[in-house]
Amino acid sequence: MALIDLKGISFAYPNGNLVLEGLSLSLEEGDKIGLLGENGTGKTTLLHIILGLIRPAEGEITIFGERYETEQDFKKIRGTIGMLFQDSDDQLFCTTVLEDVAFGPLNMGMNRREATYTAEQTLDKLGISHLKNRVPYQLSGGEKRLVSMATVLSMKPEILLLDEPTNGLDKKTGKLLVSVLQKYPARAWIMISQIQSTIEAMSNKYCKMNGGRVDLV
Amino acid sequence: MTCEHFALGESILHSADPRVKLLLAAGYAVVTVGLESLEGQILALLGGLLLVIGAHLSLKEILRRLFVVNLFVLMLWLILPWTTTGSGVVHWGPVVITSEGLNLALSITLKCNTIILANLALLSTSTIFSLTHALAHLRVPSKIVQLIFFSWRYFHVIDSEFHRMNHAIKVRGFKPGSNLHTYRTYAHLIGTLFVKSLERGESVHKAMLCRGFDGTFWLLSHFYLRPSDICLGCLTATYLLLVIGIEWSSPWH
Repeated sequence: MALIDLKGISFAYPNGNLVLEGLSLSLEEGDKIGLLGENGTGKTTLLHIILGLIRPAEGEITIFGERYETEQDFKKIRGTIGMLFQDSDDQLFCTTVLEDVAFGPLNMGMNRREATYTAEQTLDKLGISHLKNRVPYQLSGGEKRLVSMATVLSMKPEILLLDEPTNGLDKKTGKLLVSVLQKYPARAWIMISQIQSTIEAMSNKYCKMNGGRVDLV
Repeated sequence: MTCEHFALGESILHSADPRVKLLLAAGYAVVTVGLESLEGQILALLGGLLLVIGAHLSLKEILRRLFVVNLFVLMLWLILPWTTTGSGVVHWGPVVITSEGLNLALSITLKCNTIILANLALLSTSTIFSLTHALAHLRVPSKIVQLIFFSWRYFHVIDSEFHRMNHAIKVRGFKPGSNLHTYRTYAHLIGTLFVKSLERGESVHKAMLCRGFDGTFWLLSHFYLRPSDICLGCLTATYLLLVIGIEWSSPWH
């Protein structure tokens, strides 16, 4: 059984621009898909559709063998599928780094002590414990990305959707992020990236967006 | 951004519990607004000064902020004395300066400065983040707290977006002037900023949904009331009671 199975997904923006057209994709256990494609071909849109952030005009989304259609359905899955956004400023909004990392665990029903513990552990794994009392918006670009990653990993997701994880990072921070992700016991992930070294280091399957569909390369 | 200029410091007021400070600031403002006697108002102003001294704030910065406020107050001095009806003190042809008008302008000046001083000492010595947290702890409706919190959090992002765009138009040779081209350019700039802000809001919401947000804001850190906070609260409250006492015993009342 595929972990995520998309069938015949079509999506158009309100301006009528059709970005996805009859797209099908299945993510199997152990798949580390590197998703390639030019700008504006709907890669980010695809990830948002998997998490129910936007609804396709047509098509079926099956996750762990169950059909997902409404907001209520997707709410259940959002802790299990973690998504790293392209722009860290979208993801970080709390007073302190620690609070931001604990936000997900608290929403999942952990109490304050458990959430703080989980957040601290996650920061430690990423080697950024020293940032825990800093204000997220005052961090550098690289630090922001690492903290964003921590906010996702602290929810212990089984599947990851990564939107350009190493984009705009210096070599050292990029390598650190890749090594953290390689060690993370994810069952599968889909990663968008334009950076050849990241794609090579982190994928075992390559897909290319083409005319609203995904082709296996 | 230097909006939180005063929040850095090590005075008693800086380290005080922001919940106590919020309550005191609200109390101080309410009492001050209600004062009618000159003695009461002067005493309240004195209290405001004492608070500012206690907060060890830079005198230069305080004066700079008071100057801005008092520019508006100056307008009132130019208008109120001859537009308020009452007993005339000075007669210049058709213009009559009334004592009621002068009293009103003086009262507004005193109250205005008092409230600014008290707020500078009590509120600006905390970061906006701790104040919003304090509001949440004081059970202010969550929607209001979130609104303040997000406005502040994304003000920074939108501000830097504005500066980026501003730099981008400057490097393309834009020089602002009093002409249609300038107005049109700024209209585009502000319009784009609105659209970007809206999109930013939507992306932030999506990112929050991904982390299981369902409208509840969980507070991780808690404030702890220390003896020094209780002292500060009691002292200021007693002072306010003294001001009210003076007000009631005054013949003005």
